[in-house]
Amino acid sequence: MAIPVIYNFRSVKERWTSAIVAVLGIAGTVGVFVAMLALARGFRATLVSSGSYDNAIVMRAGATSEMMSGITLDTVKILQDEPGVARLEGQPMVTSEVVVVAPFPLRSTGTDANVQVRGVSANVLTVRKNVKIIEGRMFQPGLSELVVGRNATNTYAGLTLGNRVRFGGGEWSVVGVFDAGDSAFDSEAWCDSRVLDDVYKRPTNIFQSATLHLTSPDALQALKDAVSKDPRLDVDVAREVEYYAKQSQTFTRLITVLGGLVAAVMGIGAIFGALNTMYSAVSERGREIAVMRALGFGALAVVFSFLIEALLISFVGGAIGCVAVLPLNGFTTGTMNWQTFSHMAFAFRITPNLLAGGIIFALGMGVAGGLLPAIHAAMRPISSALRSL
Amino acid sequence: MKFSRLIWANLTRKKVRLLLTLGSFAVALFLFAFLAVVRDAFSRGGGIASANRLVTINRVSIIQSLPLSYRDKIQNIPGVQSVTHDNWFGAVYQDEKNFFPQFVIDPENQRKVYSELVVPDDQWGNFLKDRQGAIAGDSTAKRFGWKIGDRIPLKATAYGGGAWEFNLDGIYHGTRPGDDETQFWFQWDYFEERVPQSFKGQAGWYTVRLNSPDDALRVAKTIDADFANSPYETKTDTESAFAENWVKQFGNIELLILSIGSVVFFTLLLVTGNTMAISVRERTGELAILKAIGFRDGSVLFFVLAEALAIALVGGFVGLGLALLAIPILGQSMSGMLPPLVISKTMLATALGFALLVGMCSGLLPGIGAMRLRVVDALRRI
Repeated sequence: MAIPVIYNFRSVKERWTSAIVAVLGIAGTVGVFVAMLALARGFRATLVSSGSYDNAIVMRAGATSEMMSGITLDTVKILQDEPGVARLEGQPMVTSEVVVVAPFPLRSTGTDANVQVRGVSANVLTVRKNVKIIEGRMFQPGLSELVVGRNATNTYAGLTLGNRVRFGGGEWSVVGVFDAGDSAFDSEAWCDSRVLDDVYKRPTNIFQSATLHLTSPDALQALKDAVSKDPRLDVDVAREVEYYAKQSQTFTRLITVLGGLVAAVMGIGAIFGALNTMYSAVSERGREIAVMRALGFGALAVVFSFLIEALLISFVGGAIGCVAVLPLNGFTTGTMNWQTFSHMAFAFRITPNLLAGGIIFALGMGVAGGLLPAIHAAMRPISSALRSL
Repeated sequence: MKFSRLIWANLTRKKVRLLLTLGSFAVALFLFAFLAVVRDAFSRGGGIASANRLVTINRVSIIQSLPLSYRDKIQNIPGVQSVTHDNWFGAVYQDEKNFFPQFVIDPENQRKVYSELVVPDDQWGNFLKDRQGAIAGDSTAKRFGWKIGDRIPLKATAYGGGAWEFNLDGIYHGTRPGDDETQFWFQWDYFEERVPQSFKGQAGWYTVRLNSPDDALRVAKTIDADFANSPYETKTDTESAFAENWVKQFGNIELLILSIGSVVFFTLLLVTGNTMAISVRERTGELAILKAIGFRDGSVLFFVLAEALAIALVGGFVGLGLALLAIPILGQSMSGMLPPLVISKTMLATALGFALLVGMCSGLLPGIGAMRLRVVDALRRI
């Protein structure tokens, strides 16, 4: 026969001080765990959402990021006519791009951050369909005009609509703000690639990457095959999403390893706290347990009862930890993307999965902290416990 | 101390509880040490950067290069002791995961400017004679099990790509704790010979060593003024300002670590405070008897406090001991992701101080309660 759960509620209420300690220990651990993973996920999601499934990015063979790559105008011209490349009104939907960084002060601290400036083709908005102008207008080809991402305008001083900024030996007017759906592009400034070449004194017929819009997501293989057979081309073709997912690896791994380590060690501490609470609960209630056993509740019922109590405490702790970090969701922060040496803004991302993970982690700590004391409670001989009354 | 046996007996009355409380302390101190070391690693850039070095980069941005001809012009500025130029190579060794920084160096001036990174003279001599020679930092060499004489293939990602091969001629060591021992250096001439025309005669940045740190501001201004209005304008900063700015771009790691640290400490305080409170509560009767047979209030407080402090001290030592053992291993396994992890004496002292403070706080409340205990009330409860 099982011991009613109401007994556990009442006994937790009776010893609320030590219960609260255990709850807070677990809440703290779960909070740190969820927050660190939310950071890693936010970073990854920002980069991954930059890519589209029906776009392919082409870089020089062996290049690991756009910064390292270089392809010539001739290559781009060959690529445009490869199979799988979509066309709009007869024109290939291809943007050939140049990427540089320019220092702009962060609004928050005033220190310079490397903002990624991307020189693009005039038809970029048809290739990257996730990018939309939300204020002002698109830049005019041939003019020193910039459109800036939504995060860029909020994060870096000077990149506001209507402003004039100096960088790279030229003066630019900010004529528009675009929304790129919280992707890495949101932290960038875009302009005409030929103007950028001119201002940065780069050769005009060398680009760093070309992004091709595919006729369908499945067309990638056909394009890859054609490119690898073409002896004139020495380039790597990748689906845009995969390229960006790869870029997020280093940072995501660092944060996950660090966060996992900290959460694991804190978890051990929280289990110690839970063990302590449960052991003192058992020793304080030696008589109650003995009375229940004498009344006919089995040893297993006692084990279950204490486990349920531990799970109750850890569930509340886990829930509090999750709720406490929930306001972080959407909180925007920034870091350097090692692959491109540029600064990128991103937001903490707390998903239902992550919260569920936090609760499971909490319950795991509850079981680890409650099982031994529960067994200890059930194993005590009834007669000696009753004698100590 | 005549009461030590009493305190010992009280401590060991519940062995499981004692172990668990010690464990919580050890865990918290371990985490504290780990977080402090990581924080140090991120903010150290500025700290260990030499005060008498300047870094000159292209004003436009770090990824634009500067002409090599600037070297002699900078060298001639009064106050400059020596100047060297570097390039970032960014190649891949076997797999992208195996990241370590690779620099194309100027063998003539490297050791004059970076005097704290030492290479044995015979190894350096071999390196100078070997066009494909390379020098690796001790920690990178250990990470991949390289020995002198090994042939090291790298896959270039920039500068036209392709496979490059180097002979490991020497291993450098830092002379100060926290010096970066992960770099990989190779010859400027070999680089110039292989890269496409557009990269020849270009330096990524210059590092300038000054006669005296007092000249830093003046020399930095002179360099930037000399190249103002040229096609390649410069931006010169002290090495520490440069490093700090670089680190700041990682975001607010300090805040992240401080918030985790305070959560840990708050939790620890609660756990031990609670344990102490329970153990004092259980002993109400005994304490009352102690007082009844003539122990003063102060002595009772002292017993409780001594118990708490003993736990804090032992737990703290265990935690820090574990940290001393584990951090070098963790540092090695995260090499390439994190700057080198260094355990400092100040950090250890601070950590121990914190442990004692927490022990004190957690003992004080139940201790005062015990002190104020009225013997009559307490004995009546038995």
